[in-house]
Amino acid sequence: MREAVTASTVWRRGGSRRLFTFRLRRLAAADSFLIGAGIIIAFIIACALVPSLIAPYSPTAMLTDSIMQAPSSAHLFGTDYFGRDIFSVVVYGSRDSLFIGFASVIVGGLAGGAIGAIAGYAGGWVDSLLMRCNDILMTIPGILLALAIAGALGKGLFNIVLAVAVSSIPGYARIMRAQIISIKGRTFIAASRSVGATPFHIFWKHVLPNALSPLLVMAAIGVGTAILTGSGLSFLGLGVLREIPDWGTLLSQGRGYLTVAWWICTFPGLAITLFVLAVNIIGDRMRDRLDPKKNAKG
Amino acid sequence: MAGVLARRLFSSVLVIVGSLILVFAILYVLPGDPTDTIVDPSIATPEMVANLRHQLGVDQPFYIQFARYFSHMLRGDFGQSLMNSESVLGKILDSFPATLALTAASSFVAVTVGLVLGVLSAIHRNRPIDLIARVVGLFGISMPTFWSGILLIVLLSLKLGWFPAMGSDGWRTLVLPAIALGLVGAGFIVRMVRSSMLDIIDEHFILTLRSKGLTERAVMYKHALRNALIPAITMIGMLVGEMLAGTVVIETVFSRQGIGRIIADALMAKDLPVVQGVIFFSAFVYVIVNTLVDLSYTFIDPRVRRST
Repeated sequence: MREAVTASTVWRRGGSRRLFTFRLRRLAAADSFLIGAGIIIAFIIACALVPSLIAPYSPTAMLTDSIMQAPSSAHLFGTDYFGRDIFSVVVYGSRDSLFIGFASVIVGGLAGGAIGAIAGYAGGWVDSLLMRCNDILMTIPGILLALAIAGALGKGLFNIVLAVAVSSIPGYARIMRAQIISIKGRTFIAASRSVGATPFHIFWKHVLPNALSPLLVMAAIGVGTAILTGSGLSFLGLGVLREIPDWGTLLSQGRGYLTVAWWICTFPGLAITLFVLAVNIIGDRMRDRLDPKKNAKG
Repeated sequence: MAGVLARRLFSSVLVIVGSLILVFAILYVLPGDPTDTIVDPSIATPEMVANLRHQLGVDQPFYIQFARYFSHMLRGDFGQSLMNSESVLGKILDSFPATLALTAASSFVAVTVGLVLGVLSAIHRNRPIDLIARVVGLFGISMPTFWSGILLIVLLSLKLGWFPAMGSDGWRTLVLPAIALGLVGAGFIVRMVRSSMLDIIDEHFILTLRSKGLTERAVMYKHALRNALIPAITMIGMLVGEMLAGTVVIETVFSRQGIGRIIADALMAKDLPVVQGVIFFSAFVYVIVNTLVDLSYTFIDPRVRRST
């Protein structure tokens, strides 16, 4: 589909030149969204990598003389009932939260991608069998599937990663299969086969590299979804019981103090929202790039 | 028409049975012994555990366990809770009305906000209303519901006292959770409707309609909107399922009754028959909703109607 040049796209491309200056202005406006998103993501990843450089206090230090303080210049996000500095806890907590997001996308994307690729390339009964199983997996809403798995496995970081990963498999499998099938039927694959390339060689060198980009876009957006699902599991109490809570766990700990200290819940939630928002903005842009129709429109 | 209906129903039944096998298999494969839920493993003697395992039937091989579960289920018996021997189906049916009310209210918020903002945003492209719609869309899909729910409690309940923060009696308790859950759906619908409207506005038939002198209002609301609704309806079907699942979190935030609450509590207690029952029940509702959505195309899209 990507190279398909129809009369209407040619017509649009011709028309687009006249709109060049107009589009340039719009591009700049749209990019301020993108720049903001980039800054947010860079900052949060820096928090996860070098929290000690960013957090003013230790995340476990209990400042007994300043318990339950509202946000101020000394404590940007306030303090909790232990006297912990919420900003520092959020900074350190980004580690587990981001780990859940990225690790589950890698596991789920690889597994789903592999299932979709095998189904699409093999075809026949293998395809039917795998895709029927996939359809069934799709009928169970992601958060419920993740809950069941996390609930049965018990609490823990890796169990959450596994639960979130499994719940994301069907989406990846479906998109990969569709992509592989559309590429398999193209002329350059037939050409490769006619010069005697083995099926594995064709798959590895020609089909797979051309099929990857939609999967990568989906994975990029998937990081946001995974963080939402993962922090939801933590919020429900299936989270990681560690000294430094992840964002979802911190938020659920603050719930009991809502009437007296709104800030304990508010800031970890804000961190989740900003990160996911930034991921979605970048994901949108990546998807538009891949879509020739949107690309021509600008 | 009857043929399509029969085929669609048959495949729905297959999917439901499949999801039953899948849920059963997942919970069977995963570690954990149901006897741990009933007796404290540190004081139970091996004989006690073996006895209990025999009583529950978990010492049987997978296919026998599954056959028994399945045949019981066909007779409407979802098993008993390990915690208090209550009937699982009874528990689910008792609290389903509250969940259904929440799902319906959230879907109403999602569809209304989503459609109105999505359409306005596409028609008034690059104007302030478009910017608002896009921001609502982005925030809707990016905010965790437990956070937006808590913000709503802090603002509208604790500070302003407009709505109760918890409970499930009366419509007033429904407002905040429905907004929190509905905003997610609204986010997805706004984005979907906006982009499909924009695609359609570029189509040649819209140019034709304009050139034959139709008013802009008629072009947009009669022709563009109708075509843009088809992908939106597919999405609404999926979203209803997601919102049903989303009640797990929202019912916990607002301390509401409901099947979401049941599953969250059952998970904490490792009460697997209840977990299994609720997941299966949700999958069942999800499949039914999506079957109805598929069938509704027949009425909305004449192309589908003619091809069948």
